[in-house]
Amino acid sequence: MKFGIVTFPGSNCDYDAFHAVVDELGEEAVYLWHKNHDLAGVDVVVLPGGFSYGDYLRAGAIARFSPIMTEVIAHAERGGPVLAVCNGFQIACEAGLLPGALLRNSNLRFQSDWVRLRVENADTMFTEKYEAGSVLRIPIAHGEGRYTAGEDVLDRLEGEGQVIFRYVNASGDVDPAANPNGSMRGIAGIVNGGGNVLGMMPHPERAVDPLLGSTDGRGVFESVLARVAA
Amino acid sequence: MKRFRIGVHVVPRRGILDPQGQAVAEALHTLGFGGVETVHVGRHIVVDVAAAKRNMAEESVRDMCRRLLANPVTEDFEIATVEAL
Repeated sequence: MKFGIVTFPGSNCDYDAFHAVVDELGEEAVYLWHKNHDLAGVDVVVLPGGFSYGDYLRAGAIARFSPIMTEVIAHAERGGPVLAVCNGFQIACEAGLLPGALLRNSNLRFQSDWVRLRVENADTMFTEKYEAGSVLRIPIAHGEGRYTAGEDVLDRLEGEGQVIFRYVNASGDVDPAANPNGSMRGIAGIVNGGGNVLGMMPHPERAVDPLLGSTDGRGVFESVLARVAA
Repeated sequence: MKRFRIGVHVVPRRGILDPQGQAVAEALHTLGFGGVETVHVGRHIVVDVAAAKRNMAEESVRDMCRRLLANPVTEDFEIATVEAL
């Protein structure tokens, strides 16, 4: 399977995503420069973390208009998988691929830390290798990760099983003290209505190797591999 | 074509948690400005734009706000100043 990792000016997790896909999973990956107009036949698009366009105006606001995003949106509309991590999540929200927005962390600090995530829905193309309710250890590194949406949107996301990951404490419970950024309802990751676009602030690509302290992120990649290869 | 300089205020929507505004309000209280009730920190954007008429220039900037300058999910905008250049 072929992954396409989009590189915007200011992306900095594109190499991490490449490492996860190529060195850890043994799959093929290509970098897609943001000015490109085609996706080079990839099966899965990764919008990686970083600070595209220096976060000018709002995180993700300008990257959303890069030429390749037209192709990424068309790919998503065809049902193609898109994994949007951190700045990628911010870009996906700005592009309208996912509802809501990511605002300044409620404590106003850049948070670089390990968090615990509870898998809220294991019946998606990104989570089928996990057990529902299991708790993962995955790192975060962001200043603007406070997931925000209208109450009606949040109710709909919950009702449709589109909330995929929540920040939880060591007991696996949603807890304001374990919420690193003040995200509404402890939301760390969501999918779109079609279930083929996952946006999440934590970095699964940085949790694929025991050397890095956790392999809990592998399931995201292994799930999508199993689904697309099937 | 005439030219206009349009200033736009983009502010966090009321009701959405604004920790930056809260932090500034607390600092103002510390400085003794006890009358401060709330503070909201936003952006002021100045656009020089060519247009046939003033209202067309304003409408064009409103469209820019809806599409890029403001996030419709979390922010409100208003045209604060319009100056003919």
